[in-house]
Amino acid sequence: MFDNLARLFRYRGLIQSLVARELKARYRGSFLGFFWSFINPLLLLLVYSFVFTYVMTGAHDKRVEPYALFMFCGILPWTWFSSSLTESAGVLISGGNLIKKVLFPAEILPIVSVLANMIHFFFGLPILAGFLIYYHRPLHAGELALFPLVVLVQLVLTLGFALVLSALTVHFRDIRDILSNLLTFWFFATPVIYPYFIFDDPANPAHQTWQATLLKLNPFTHLVITYQEILFFDGPVGHLKLLLLLGVSSVAFFLFGYFVFDRMRDTFAEEV
Amino acid sequence: MNAIEVVNASKVYRRYSRRRQFSTLKSALLSRSLIRNLRPDETFAALQDVSFVVPKGRTLGVIGRNGSGKSTLLKLVAGITKPTAGRVDVTGRISALIELGAGFHPEISGRENVFINGIMLGLTKREITKRFDEIVEFAEMQDFIDAPVKTYSSGMYMRLGFAVSIHVDPDVLLVDEVLAVGDEGFTHKCLDKFAEFKRRGRTILLVTHALGHVERFCDEALWMDGGRLRGIGDPKRVIGAYMTDVEQSEEQQLAADDARAQVSVSVVSPDQPASAVLPDHPIDTVEGPADMFRATEGRWGSREIEITDVQLAGADQIAGHVFHTGQPLTIRIDLRSPLPIDDFVIGIGIFNTEGVCCYGTNTNIEELKAVRIVGDAQARFTIESLDLVEGTYKLDVAIHKLDGYPYDYHRLLYTFRVKSRTKDVGIYRPKHDWRFSDSLTFTRGDSAW
Repeated sequence: MFDNLARLFRYRGLIQSLVARELKARYRGSFLGFFWSFINPLLLLLVYSFVFTYVMTGAHDKRVEPYALFMFCGILPWTWFSSSLTESAGVLISGGNLIKKVLFPAEILPIVSVLANMIHFFFGLPILAGFLIYYHRPLHAGELALFPLVVLVQLVLTLGFALVLSALTVHFRDIRDILSNLLTFWFFATPVIYPYFIFDDPANPAHQTWQATLLKLNPFTHLVITYQEILFFDGPVGHLKLLLLLGVSSVAFFLFGYFVFDRMRDTFAEEV
Repeated sequence: MNAIEVVNASKVYRRYSRRRQFSTLKSALLSRSLIRNLRPDETFAALQDVSFVVPKGRTLGVIGRNGSGKSTLLKLVAGITKPTAGRVDVTGRISALIELGAGFHPEISGRENVFINGIMLGLTKREITKRFDEIVEFAEMQDFIDAPVKTYSSGMYMRLGFAVSIHVDPDVLLVDEVLAVGDEGFTHKCLDKFAEFKRRGRTILLVTHALGHVERFCDEALWMDGGRLRGIGDPKRVIGAYMTDVEQSEEQQLAADDARAQVSVSVVSPDQPASAVLPDHPIDTVEGPADMFRATEGRWGSREIEITDVQLAGADQIAGHVFHTGQPLTIRIDLRSPLPIDDFVIGIGIFNTEGVCCYGTNTNIEELKAVRIVGDAQARFTIESLDLVEGTYKLDVAIHKLDGYPYDYHRLLYTFRVKSRTKDVGIYRPKHDWRFSDSLTFTRGDSAW
């Protein structure tokens, strides 16, 4: 297993080219081409702004304003996460030709899906930054230095999920259908469109709700909270300890995912 | 030193019964048999206990019928699948030409695909840049290299895939039936490239149905049959043994086809009284005509004289279905006439698969006047030298009155195959000879690729 992991490093050139190809191929033939990577998150932000400014005016907690921007801080990383999982679930099957006909380390395929979506996430950041500045959000250099760390933790966690899902989907195609529904539930079970503190108010520590317990068990909660603390909220990043814990567990989970993938590797060529 | 070592390798594939085919996560979870379901309950051995070695610098041709395990063997050597039992060792960089252009992305240009495909096959970016022009020139794609791959014709796609794979410069090259990629010229170029590999001491494993290529190009041939190794050694000898085996099974198949054709028509003759249907020819074996060609097959006639059996025999006088150009062929026609009859003509016709009559004659045309037939009789029609080109032929056999009234007409019911060592074309191969003046010389040699 660790030999294979080391081999993966030798294939970094291939991973790089495949990610580039993925990005190029995605918008090939469309008029605006690459600009869609910027326009998509912008449009998304506009839709949410419209809905929460003019349609559901009273639906959100007044402590988070501007609400659309708050949501945007969570939706960008979530989109990266969920599209990565959706894509990697099908990636071994759609790339079956490669696995069957070319000597090719199959784990490259889910890894490329995750990385390509990460690049898209990066393309959304300038838009986010523009709006943060426009709304005069307080950004501190010290907090921003933590940003790469959150991204790294999310990357490792997402890779772990992607490896497990891609390997299992080869044997159980149902996963793709289950996954889309599961991701919808997961989205709402993560404090993206509502702030975490409506269930776990720091001003009232005795009041622990069952929802807060559920949210704490969700690894993505901690990522989103950290993103929000860095980008949106005033004050220090209070979530750092939990984030580091999540980072360690993510590495463990990635190794577990790689182990599962490695064990099932030999069956891929026959099953896809 | 051996480049490829295969020791007692077996490969067992799972085969799913109908029930298993639809087994899903849900059923696996419900029956709590996740682990058990991942285990095969029905297996298919694609390779059984195959052992051989290929020394470095040698070229091995793998031949065998469809489904004999050739491609599985190649995948094992390529490392794409692992043997269920046994061991496969390959020394050096492998390039497998199994499916050309696997991994090409349709939306991006040929140029970008060449780079990505090359990296996938183990080249570095710099190496590809260095060989890029050569690759494009080899693929004859100079004009289209910047167009998206989805606009390519299948030939262009394959050529580009081939060009990339071949320029990986492997130590061991695995080729699976890809020489049929382009036109004659391209095939020629591929073979030249293989020859160059050979000269440079590379090892080649070639899976192909083109026996001529194996004979001329390979140092050794390996014959796979039903997942087992049937023979390995000198290409001429192995190919000879393989050809004999193929002929035998063709013979069996033609015999079975013939039997089926005769059974199916023995109950559908329009002019035949119902009582004449023989009890051992059950009605439910009637097969509807599958296409126009088969629709013309049939049997009709009054059966006052009946053709009871038709057999073809070669030089050895043993009934068969596969014959060789230039060898004798005898058609034996068994007849039965319960009552004495004096008005009859026996005829035969040979047709090729396109329905062209290659030859037809009857006793009347050849000025033989019928005198009498009664009881069991036999007519023999002997062709001294069967001068037809290679192919499948069908036979008409009939006995009828001088005015054409049919007693028993068997239309295209008998099939035979003619094999030839030469690949000449047409229908008829006249006895011939080439002669040249002194200023024009030839020497005996293999035909061109």
